[in-house]
Amino acid sequence: MIIGQIKDGIVLDHITAGRGMDIYKILELDKLDCTVALIERAVSPKMGRKDIIKIDQAMDIDFDVLGYIDPGITVNTIRDGEVVERRQMALPERVVGVLKCKNPRCITSVEQELTQEFKLTDRKNQVYRCIYCDHKASK
Amino acid sequence: MRSILNITDLSLEELDQLIATAEDMIADPKKYSEVCRGKKLATLFFEPSTRTRLSFEAAMLELGGSVLGFSEASSSSAAKGESVADTTRVVGCYADIIAMRHPKEGAPVVAARKAGVPVINAGDGGHNHPTQTLADLLTIWRNRHTFEGLTIGMCGDLKFGRTVHSLVGAMARYAGVKFVFISPEELKIPQYVITDELEPRNIPYKEVTTMEEVMPELDVLYMTRVQGERFFNEADYIRLRDTYILTPEKLTTAKEDLIIMHPLPRVNEISVKVDDDPRACYFQQVLNGKFMRAALIMKLLEVNV
Repeated sequence: MIIGQIKDGIVLDHITAGRGMDIYKILELDKLDCTVALIERAVSPKMGRKDIIKIDQAMDIDFDVLGYIDPGITVNTIRDGEVVERRQMALPERVVGVLKCKNPRCITSVEQELTQEFKLTDRKNQVYRCIYCDHKASK
Repeated sequence: MRSILNITDLSLEELDQLIATAEDMIADPKKYSEVCRGKKLATLFFEPSTRTRLSFEAAMLELGGSVLGFSEASSSSAAKGESVADTTRVVGCYADIIAMRHPKEGAPVVAARKAGVPVINAGDGGHNHPTQTLADLLTIWRNRHTFEGLTIGMCGDLKFGRTVHSLVGAMARYAGVKFVFISPEELKIPQYVITDELEPRNIPYKEVTTMEEVMPELDVLYMTRVQGERFFNEADYIRLRDTYILTPEKLTTAKEDLIIMHPLPRVNEISVKVDDDPRACYFQQVLNGKFMRAALIMKLLEVNV
């Protein structure tokens, strides 16, 4: 199966197999005007299987969100057909405005204008907790 | 400007300083009787709690300061739908320091960001209650003169008991401490307390269902009330309420220098027959709480003797 090269845009590589569609939705790639290719379960010597997303247009990406969802992702920036930047995602210290605290006793459950914010408390097990009530975030 | 929302906001050195201040205050209360003259403490209690509020107010009055505030949400603008952020921002214009209790977890975080004055968490739902822990620590210190090497038993509602979570967080920072969690299956200590506080420091702990099986090994027995307001289902509350009651008979195998503690109020989880036992320290805790709150108010207001 052949997906064409892109001239100017972004390639999200090394996405954990099966997570590509989640990332497509969270980054709202359906709202772009350009060509977007989601390749699922591509063969990878390193990962066995992986997902890849190719976006045929330059765009700003929230690396914290991406790092939270799948820290193994590599973001390649393409200009004039060449990779000009390769960035390895990592778990962000904070995730702001993306997740919602599910603790019914949390202050955010009644004061909904508060910014939802989570902090990384256990890097090894990728645990994030609500900064208000310490409730664990679930992906 | 600094707020205290969780006991771990205070370093071990700061805890030592607070304990030293409290002990000095106990020895010479007159020395402290004017140190907060002209300062105002606002007690914002969105949830009723007579003893904690009175303890804060007594502490401030004994420092020569003044107090203002409300004792339930219905007598505040919260009843009109005002947010915690707005309420505390307004009160921050009137007071020099705020002590706040709120039924929702994390409400003091919001207050601390907006008030413009120091905020002390006086209990937020089932989450944190750092000044109760200060009272607990002073009680342990005054009876043992160390925190190291103690075996601490915690009994009752360990799931919703915020005082338990805060005390585990505080004591887990001392060397040689062991924990014994005594509770029914339904009210076990939350897993995050174990994974966040105990396992990273390799602190030994065990979970049991009866106090009799561990009584001889305990240096501290921390009893808690099974709180009805923390349950979604009343039938569960009634079924578990009377499960763990401390009696003189159960204490026959306990150490001579055991410290029996309870954050109060108790319902019936400690028989009144235990009150005369010299090991019963729960009313000492009340007094110690006032002195530690006074020491904390002084620290946050940066007042020195």
